[in-house]
Amino acid sequence: MLTIPRECYEKIIAHARADHPDEACGVIAGPAGSDRPERFIPMQNAERSPTFYSFDSQEQLKVWREMDDRDEEAVVIYHSHTATEAYPSRTDVSYASEPQAHYVLVSTRDEAETEFRSYRILDGVVTEEPVQTTE
Amino acid sequence: MAIEVRIPTILRSYTGGAKSVQGSGSTLAELLVNLDAEHGGLRDRLVDGENLRRFVNVYLNDEDVRFLGGLETPVADGDTVTVLPAVAGGSVSA
Repeated sequence: MLTIPRECYEKIIAHARADHPDEACGVIAGPAGSDRPERFIPMQNAERSPTFYSFDSQEQLKVWREMDDRDEEAVVIYHSHTATEAYPSRTDVSYASEPQAHYVLVSTRDEAETEFRSYRILDGVVTEEPVQTTE
Repeated sequence: MAIEVRIPTILRSYTGGAKSVQGSGSTLAELLVNLDAEHGGLRDRLVDGENLRRFVNVYLNDEDVRFLGGLETPVADGDTVTVLPAVAGGSVSA
């Protein structure tokens, strides 16, 4: 189960909408071991592509170091699909390497409605989980 | 000679859970061979043949080694090498 503050949920959706038709991506950091996503960190999509995303490696180092300094970890790693469903692709699965993270997929393929789904991806296995927003 | 190497969560099974290990070498390539002697299998997660795997980012101090000399990047006592899994994906299966 992903429990996420409403504000973070809305920021992810707004980011995905703003970057459409390119894929948007980012992190929500939270206290290490807490499983609480709290701090929204949108990232540049270094691929600037409608079908691929990657974190710029230098930006990732900066963000990961900052999380380490603050005793945080990446609780949510999110990205958007702009023409396909909000489900992890084989590429998404092959790259998923943060075992504690909830992988959030957003789809902006429909103009009116944004799909928001969350998954655990461990050892190449995808398990969808329910999403609960909190105030 | 001591070079600190910071290990991401997913690779700590090779280091007995340690988030940081020490190694030696005068290039990144040598350092990885040196680390692998004590933490068998670690090198193979980072290197594919003669190249750094695309799923990992390796940094020498503050810079991605892909912008330096890749595996031939010189390293020295007092340097810190950081390994992070690359974060990437997409909607089309590669």
